[in-house]
Amino acid sequence: MSQETEFIPYIVEPREDTGLYNAKLGIWLFLASEIMLFGSLFSAYILLRVGSFTWPVQSDIQNVPIGAINSVVLLSSSIFFIRAYVALKADDIVKYKKFMYLVIGFAFLFLILKGFEYYQHFSHGEFPKTSVFLALYFLMTGLHALHIIGGILVNSYYAGPGLYLREKNKQWFINRVEVAGLYWHFVDLVWIFLFSTLYLL
Amino acid sequence: MSSKHKPAHHDPHHGDSSHQQSFWSQYVFSTDHKVIGIQYLFMSLFFLFFGFCLMLLMRWQIAYPGHPLPILGKMFGESNMPGGVMLPEFYNQLGAMHGTIMVFLGVVPLGFAVFGNYLIPLQIGAKDMAFPRLNMFSYWSFFVGGLLMISSFLLPGGPASNGWTSYSPLSDIAHDGQTIWLFSMAIIIISSLLSSLNFITTIFQLRAPGMTFERLPFFIWAQLITAFLLLLAFPPLEGAAFLQLFDRLLGSSFFLPSGLYVNGHLYNVSGGGNALLWQHLFWFLGHPEVYVIILPALGIVTEIIACNTRKNISGFGMMRWSIIFLGFLSFVVWSHHTYLTGMGTNITAFFQTTTMIISIPSVIIISALFITLWGGSIRFNIPMLFALAFLPMFGFGGLTGLPLGLAATDIPLHDTYYVIGHFHYVVAPGVVLGLFAGIYYWFPKATGRKMNDVLGHLHFWPTLIAMNFVFFPMLIQGLMGLNRRMYDGGATYQFAHGILFWNVIISWASWILGLAQLAFIFNFFYSIFKGEKVNSDNPWQSATLEWATPTPPPHGNFSKPITVYRDPYAYSLEGAPKDYSPQDQKEI
Repeated sequence: MSQETEFIPYIVEPREDTGLYNAKLGIWLFLASEIMLFGSLFSAYILLRVGSFTWPVQSDIQNVPIGAINSVVLLSSSIFFIRAYVALKADDIVKYKKFMYLVIGFAFLFLILKGFEYYQHFSHGEFPKTSVFLALYFLMTGLHALHIIGGILVNSYYAGPGLYLREKNKQWFINRVEVAGLYWHFVDLVWIFLFSTLYLL
Repeated sequence: MSSKHKPAHHDPHHGDSSHQQSFWSQYVFSTDHKVIGIQYLFMSLFFLFFGFCLMLLMRWQIAYPGHPLPILGKMFGESNMPGGVMLPEFYNQLGAMHGTIMVFLGVVPLGFAVFGNYLIPLQIGAKDMAFPRLNMFSYWSFFVGGLLMISSFLLPGGPASNGWTSYSPLSDIAHDGQTIWLFSMAIIIISSLLSSLNFITTIFQLRAPGMTFERLPFFIWAQLITAFLLLLAFPPLEGAAFLQLFDRLLGSSFFLPSGLYVNGHLYNVSGGGNALLWQHLFWFLGHPEVYVIILPALGIVTEIIACNTRKNISGFGMMRWSIIFLGFLSFVVWSHHTYLTGMGTNITAFFQTTTMIISIPSVIIISALFITLWGGSIRFNIPMLFALAFLPMFGFGGLTGLPLGLAATDIPLHDTYYVIGHFHYVVAPGVVLGLFAGIYYWFPKATGRKMNDVLGHLHFWPTLIAMNFVFFPMLIQGLMGLNRRMYDGGATYQFAHGILFWNVIISWASWILGLAQLAFIFNFFYSIFKGEKVNSDNPWQSATLEWATPTPPPHGNFSKPITVYRDPYAYSLEGAPKDYSPQDQKEI
């Protein structure tokens, strides 16, 4: 145990009466505020759409197949994360690394496909100023993409350079990865809502 | 979230790091919650004074419209005050920045971040916050956001000028100051979000053994609810800020309706947006924000009243449930700010009802504090004077809000000086007095010295009297129909001429109020170095945990492990040798 874990309790072990270690509670609270952030944008979407005279047929503008593929890509990435986490708990570090690389690789694949969609929109002359729907589309998916990039940074850290933390305290490292995983699953979940709202509805 | 996983910047292998840190890591980039609290204190007091000075400047224009400001007038440049006469644009900028700075950079950080950071770990018996490095990051993002906000005064077009509410579509088409406003708000929001999740985690996870939720002091409860409000209400404003940034920078039209004419020309955007969307997103934050401002002050006042009446808070359990209920309810009252937008009677009726209901828990809390005074042996020290003044002033602010919560009376009163009088009664003689009380009360813990009593009286009495002379006449003016945000103080309107003399009285009272603050500023700095030393760690004989630390508390706070044995306000217990029984003391 390093000095830090003695100074602040429940970094590694859960507290008995709450059943949580600090970072887990912290990440749940963070995700709660993220829900409110995306929730405000979804409610803006509802209000603007309900109040509009004309709204494009979304599936006509959108590349639905790529969106669907992207959903599969992100969901698989989530599953890979769980596999990685299980491997880490079983002390199988080779497997952990392999699955983490898959997580990160699929995240990049998502961004590439997303970038291709953006490119298609731009080349059709579709920009945020074109219509309210497109503005919402670019804002919401753009914000989501930023979250993906944040996730890639964190996951890459734990897949590679951050591994030295495991030498210091195994359980603590497992906690860190679990928290990163909770965030990653959340980001995936947001995409499911985005896909159904911005492509299918 | 990644920031809390980064490796430690300082070497964690030092056995006792507090003695071996450099100046920079000890006082500037510190992760110690007390140092961060004090950093916030200096920042927020500076902003509070800065925002106040903006208003003092505006009061000249309101009292003497069109007259050149003597002496100081030349300082502000030909583009703002040619010949010392304020331009309308400059007046609007001052008004917008006064509101923004006071609310987001002054009162909220002072109540929440300063007292929360300094006191939460001390009062729950913890060594530090749950995420110390995240805490430091919160402070520095607040610092950057605040500086960015102030720096917009240096822009060629000046800072944002659309009021602190930044209503669209006006602020969509305003000059560049608004963009800076949005960016710096986004940074400040991130800072408060990280603080609030840190505070909540700390309160849940780091309570000392025996510190059950029932034994938490009311201040901690107030901070906990405040943190939840910030955590859940601030993100929608962040979302709204993104929307407005898109409108301003990328030409989208979230808030711009079709067929919008600006300066007689059709505005060239796609249209299809909704200006009311901004109002709803803003007030979804805006109303919980009111409670974010009030609750820390209520918590502070409760601590001070319990200690200085030497008795338990009457109805303490009731107060806890009230504050939880208040927190929930504050999310469903926001549209009482938008009665005038034609929401329809059904929605109006809903928000009227919730608004009336939310006054109940507030009244319970204030009543409990009043009843606590009954039969107490009250010590009239400076913090107690401020706390006692808080009660009626805050109550008055709340009562004047009832007519604004009902649509029928709100419609004529909307956007008049009555509104200004009402919310300033809540914030200035209410909350700010409560926060001053807290500074006087915990000053000996942070510095080991008391603030000067004579200067304290010189600060308290003029402040209380001048504040009432500032804000009470505004209620009268508002009831007479005088609109707010009038560049000439209402001189254009024939009907207002009978009440314009109040403008002069209000302005002089506000300048006297400014002078009275000099007593505080001097006292504050004088007492840090020359104040009377306290001869014990617990100069007010208080029962709560923060006084069980050495003075000032070192890194790690407590010199011995803490176990909590009783409720926070164990004063004058029967059979106890002293009239207070500290929470961490086994026998009474």
